[in-house]
Amino acid sequence: MSGIPHDHYEPKTNGEKWLNSRLPIVGLIYDTIMIPTPKNLNWWWIWGIVLAFCLALQIVTGIVLVMHYTPHVDLAFASIEHIMRNVNGGYMLRYLHMNGASLFFVAVYIHIFRGLFYGSYKAPREITWIIGMLIYLMMMGTAFMGYVLPWGQMSFWGATVITGLFGAIPFVGDAIQTWLLGGPAVDNATLNRFFSLHYLLPFVIAALVVVHIWAFHTTGNNNPTGVEVRRGSKAEAEKDTLPFWPYFVIKDLFALAVILVVFWAVVGFMPNYLGHPDNYIEANPLVTPAHIVPEWYFLPFYAILRAFTGEVWVVQFASFITGGIIDAKFFGVLAMFGAILAMALAPWLDTSTVRSGKYRPMFKWWFYLLIIDFFALMWLGAMPAEEPYATFSLIASAYWFAYFFVILPILGVIEKPDAQPETIEEDFNAHYGKADADATPAE
Amino acid sequence: MFARYPPGAGIGENLVSHAEDHEGTRRDFLYYVAGGAGVVATGAAVWPLINQMNPSADVQALSSIRVDVSGVEPGTQLTVKWLGKPVFIRHRTGAEIQEAKEQDAEGVDALPDPLARNFNQPADAPATDANRVMPSPEGEAPGAWLVQMGVCTHLGCVPLGDAGDFGGWFCPCHGSHYDLAGRIRKGPAPENLPVPPAEWTDNSTIKLG
Repeated sequence: MSGIPHDHYEPKTNGEKWLNSRLPIVGLIYDTIMIPTPKNLNWWWIWGIVLAFCLALQIVTGIVLVMHYTPHVDLAFASIEHIMRNVNGGYMLRYLHMNGASLFFVAVYIHIFRGLFYGSYKAPREITWIIGMLIYLMMMGTAFMGYVLPWGQMSFWGATVITGLFGAIPFVGDAIQTWLLGGPAVDNATLNRFFSLHYLLPFVIAALVVVHIWAFHTTGNNNPTGVEVRRGSKAEAEKDTLPFWPYFVIKDLFALAVILVVFWAVVGFMPNYLGHPDNYIEANPLVTPAHIVPEWYFLPFYAILRAFTGEVWVVQFASFITGGIIDAKFFGVLAMFGAILAMALAPWLDTSTVRSGKYRPMFKWWFYLLIIDFFALMWLGAMPAEEPYATFSLIASAYWFAYFFVILPILGVIEKPDAQPETIEEDFNAHYGKADADATPAE
Repeated sequence: MFARYPPGAGIGENLVSHAEDHEGTRRDFLYYVAGGAGVVATGAAVWPLINQMNPSADVQALSSIRVDVSGVEPGTQLTVKWLGKPVFIRHRTGAEIQEAKEQDAEGVDALPDPLARNFNQPADAPATDANRVMPSPEGEAPGAWLVQMGVCTHLGCVPLGDAGDFGGWFCPCHGSHYDLAGRIRKGPAPENLPVPPAEWTDNSTIKLG
């Protein structure tokens, strides 16, 4: 399966041989968890395991929550309170599920920015990157629909605003919106289908995760130097790598344990900190909350959505050349999805031949600015749509697009990269000293 | 059109390239027919799965409702849910009618949205008070009844009644002020509150939709 030469599973007993000639599943699992992994991976490489844990946590807690939840507009809110008050341990299951979504997004954002800094998206890992972006999109869809299920005020009005985005599509928008909602407004039909899809999508994500892992097991992991593992022979590859089990599994599990300490502290002591109090008021189509805000993990893209109002010249220009087909509302929708598409296109927009940001003296600063920009957008998305936030949002949105469509293509041409190590082994030895030839590699 | 294989042709002789054969063979025809039938069958199988998400019969049945307004005293407002959205049915007092007319006198071109936005009027009808209100039933002053969607034209919030700088409605989300005829006067909302299709079925019942 892997392109890096390594030992493969050999069935020894008659029973193993019997199974292996019929279903080589043990060999598949062996090759998957024994994959040669660059031995210089740093702590930014632990978030994949955290993400796998989050998906499992959300599926397991979700399945048991469904045993007590009722997807009907008259009963949904009450059934959530039933879970919170009556079901044995129900409050804990729900708090785990609620905050598990937040941990999921913390992990996915760090994982994505890790990839952006170390050039993990570059050839030959474009497919891994694109699948990752699809998983991220599915996660957003799943989280959004899950937030509607408690049928609180934020559930209802969040669903109204977000499905309204589809109504902004020229000509067919209203028909699409009605089709999505199953009626003229968010109602029982909407709640039911969101429930169905919220249950379905995590399994689609799980399937995509398998493909994601398959893809990077074929290309091999990226690593902090961006230098490829030597593949000339097994002996050569072993100088650059260690098997995933046990070295990286133990490291990742240690990191996961530390992260879970923080996670449990949040779940146990401040479970509603990341939520919105208005969602403990039952949905009422006749009363709007004063200030509709999405969950924190949507805020950066919500800020981009709102940034492009009718007063912005790009919007007026787009409206003018399309004869009014692209109005301010639709432009905002395009900008929001475009911001995610820009990330997905990074493999083709980045012209630099150097993979890792460590050896790119100019790139580094633009990247750090992108991180600041991301947090700025997150903050702006939570602010009311008025000055000075509107102008800040516009500047921050402009930088997001400039990073991908202007800075990444130009930097590759004008930047003079620093010297990179020849091999992963060289980088490893520079950090940890040269290990004795026959001793266990030091961690 | 369909070249037949010459009688007596062996199996091997059929293995010739059709790249230069512009006439199309019987096999090509079968490919197209089978492919076309497959596409049609797939479409026919998928369409019900898509169409089931469109509004169901009971939802469509509610696209028209009758509202008894006999209990709505002058100076009060009834909010009903129609098509999942609030509709404001306002019974205006004589003073309110007078005030709305005075707002009229400033001229519709001075308004942010000069159009009536009334489903029951032509699309280009100006936003005068008379073009916004319902015709009054017998025995009531003209302009006593104003029916409009309770959905702010900015971002879809529900405005509050008896509020704002113009005595009409005020949207708490982003501060849009509507006057006594539901016309936008101040704030970010771009249009007047839309007037839905509405008519009297008798002297105390309004049919929406």
